[in-house]
Amino acid sequence: MDRQAPLSLHVPEPEVRPGGTPDFSDVKIAAAGSVRRPETDAKPEDIRDLAYSIIRVLNRKGEAVGPWAGLLSDDDLKEGLRHMMTLRAFDARMLTAQRQGKTSFYMQHMGEEAVSCAFRRALRPGDMNFPTYRQAGLLIAGDYPIAEMMNQIFSNERDPLKGRQLPIMYSSKDHGFFSISGNLGTQFVQAVGWAMASAIKKDTKIAAGWIGDGSTAESDFHAALVFASTYRAPVILNIVNNQWAISTFQGIARGGSGTFAARGLGFGLPSLRVDGNDYLAVHAVASWAAERARRNLGPTLVEYVTYRVGAHSTSDDPSAYRPKEESAAWPLGDPVLRLKNHLIVRGAWSEERHKQAEAEVMDTVIAAQKEAESHGTLHSGGRPSARDMFEGVYAEMPPHLRRQRQEAGV
Amino acid sequence: MPIDILMPALSPTMEEGNLAKWVKKEGDKVSAGDVIAEIETDKATMEVEAVDEGTLGKILVPEGTEGVKVNAPIAILLQEGESAGEISSPASGEVAAKQPEGEKAPPVQASPVHPPHAGEGKAPAAAAQPRAEVAADPDIPAGTEMVHTTVREALRDAMAEEMRRDKDVFVMGEEVAEYQGAYKITQGLLQEFGAERVVDTPITEHGFAGVGIGAAFAGLKPIVEFMTFNFAMQAIDQLVNSAAKTLYMSGGQMGAPIVFRGPNGAAARVAAQHSQDYAAWYSHIPGLKVIQPYTAADAKGLLKAAIRDPNPVIFLENEILYGHSFDVPKLDDFVLPIGKARVHKPGKDVTIVSFGIGMTYAVKAEAELREMGIDAEIIDLRTIRPMDLDSVIASVKKTNRLVVVEEGFPQSSVGDFIANQVSQRAFDWLDAPVITIAGKDVPMPYAANLEKLALPNVAEVVEAVKAVTYRG
Repeated sequence: MDRQAPLSLHVPEPEVRPGGTPDFSDVKIAAAGSVRRPETDAKPEDIRDLAYSIIRVLNRKGEAVGPWAGLLSDDDLKEGLRHMMTLRAFDARMLTAQRQGKTSFYMQHMGEEAVSCAFRRALRPGDMNFPTYRQAGLLIAGDYPIAEMMNQIFSNERDPLKGRQLPIMYSSKDHGFFSISGNLGTQFVQAVGWAMASAIKKDTKIAAGWIGDGSTAESDFHAALVFASTYRAPVILNIVNNQWAISTFQGIARGGSGTFAARGLGFGLPSLRVDGNDYLAVHAVASWAAERARRNLGPTLVEYVTYRVGAHSTSDDPSAYRPKEESAAWPLGDPVLRLKNHLIVRGAWSEERHKQAEAEVMDTVIAAQKEAESHGTLHSGGRPSARDMFEGVYAEMPPHLRRQRQEAGV
Repeated sequence: MPIDILMPALSPTMEEGNLAKWVKKEGDKVSAGDVIAEIETDKATMEVEAVDEGTLGKILVPEGTEGVKVNAPIAILLQEGESAGEISSPASGEVAAKQPEGEKAPPVQASPVHPPHAGEGKAPAAAAQPRAEVAADPDIPAGTEMVHTTVREALRDAMAEEMRRDKDVFVMGEEVAEYQGAYKITQGLLQEFGAERVVDTPITEHGFAGVGIGAAFAGLKPIVEFMTFNFAMQAIDQLVNSAAKTLYMSGGQMGAPIVFRGPNGAAARVAAQHSQDYAAWYSHIPGLKVIQPYTAADAKGLLKAAIRDPNPVIFLENEILYGHSFDVPKLDDFVLPIGKARVHKPGKDVTIVSFGIGMTYAVKAEAELREMGIDAEIIDLRTIRPMDLDSVIASVKKTNRLVVVEEGFPQSSVGDFIANQVSQRAFDWLDAPVITIAGKDVPMPYAANLEKLALPNVAEVVEAVKAVTYRG
């Protein structure tokens, strides 16, 4: 008789839980400058190794090194630093505002500022992002007025979305920022559809889809890869791997694939993995992928390796599921500090100028907040118009809604 | 009938206000949505929009009048073909012309559009429902050739005509191109329009619904074919949460001009998971339009309208009806209005309302009833949302009896909604309780005898009509 031991279920666990000592020693990090930069028309099968490494530009000394360096000027980098500092100051003010009851909900970007701010620089007017809730840097780096973002967060009378959508789920067609879906993953496949439409129309615009590590488990993610691969859609498929999907560590969605980028290999997609806390590396890889899309060479999958330093949202307490010191131990450092140090090494920046810039940025954000608050906050002052509630259900208001609006006395 | 325009409220608590200004004058034509007057209180001013189309027949409250009670008639709107001479009710004029120092106004109707009637207009504001107020079907010129056409061909012709007319229109789905459609609805389209506009997709309804919505967001006008809506339950999140709501959530910036079409409901021997009618499901959702045609002419005219509509449209076909033939007028551009019911057969004794394949039961039952001397009126809804309840109510006011027939499940059915609206708006005209006929409340069984039992049948419709007409 063949006797078999009982089966047991494998449930992945993070290396360490609260109370333990953070340990990222098994996170293999390639030295800055060590990963090759293929031509943008490289065949996907010839660059499969890029899905398993990490493309980095800034080394520990703050120098930009290797084949992915050299794309940005001093002024570009100083502007990039300002974008990230603005996003960070914006987050700080809005978190406080949420605690003060001026809004019901907020989601911050701490530690992930480089991903959206640097990516935005690779896009052109008319390109469209289908973002998730942690890419507000796309708007800030795209010069969307931060007071407008606050108007929505405060749900006031100037809310550009008229009180209909959650705070932070911004939407601005003119700034290439599609309305954010609260249903995870749905927009990843829509980005592919948008890009296919651009190709069908013989347009030149490209699309960018965004998804978090946890949401790659959704069927939308896999459907998006199928369509992008089959029709060679001009789209950049971005996975932001910030290690945590609320309390679920990334190993749960990643499973046995090694990296998230490696998910693209089975679909024949060029799949790159990049240091998400390195402004220069993010920009270089995004530009590479954008060039491929623009040259009609098809889609690119990019995994940004980063770390969510803050809580998932104002409704989350990470101390319940990960050590408090874990973010400090994260081996890829802080994106703002790294770019600041690089600018100092380049001789284009100083500690003094940085302090001064921090104060200026905070003044700008506070001024915008005062302006926004003058139009109301969640529980006081100006409110969205009740008349607008009936608009936008259909492209033209149907009679029954016009009647309901009149009966509501608004 | 002339329509009273009532003094609107600026807020739920407002009782009276001033009529600051008339923007339109007597004799002016107004369309729904036109600003006709301005009213004010001590707090705010507001524009009064016309709710209906017509001619401003008579102004009852001159501008500058203060203290006009909310809901008092302030003007009378004449509809097409009516003249000012038909304004016969001075009573409303007296109410409206009341000056602030005058008597307390008598109670007035709460509904701003419906003239006072027992049993109508008493519905609370929240009960207002999607309703159609659209143009009638286009006139078909005398002598127009009628071509006997299957529903299948009519649908194909509609897509082909719209694809010729607008290069932004394309069709995608499983088997739509090389195979010419699982039910041959896309016959010939690949040959005429090429693989970029007739796109075979991988097998993932969720995936290609999302891709189609993305393409619609980018400004194309996709026709997404589901091999059947029964396979599309996995796509319902994309349809409801993205297609239907994005225009609203984006503050009106981006919407999805898209048609989702394909066979819906039961065919034959396809059992529980492949025999479901989604009319009631999708008709629940603001932002969607839902069409379920019966005849070939309606299939053609409404699919063309759906493709041109800037909103997401759910177009529910039926596999069994694909092979049915009907007369279709041979016109260059035959487009029907979405949201308008059609009187399939006029009658005086009872109203039978149905749609889609439900019509087959209604039509057969009507023939049997005629033998018994019962003259039934059949109304084909054609569009489920927005629903042409006005046509249903008008018919019920004539026949005083109503039977609704559909294949879907009984709870929260389309018929339930109609029965509810008729009870609110035409209660006093009813001589018998409304009977709603639907499928049995069980998942569809496979066995032929059980399947037949689970679906509605002609005898049930006949029995229901006999019951509401009190014929033994």
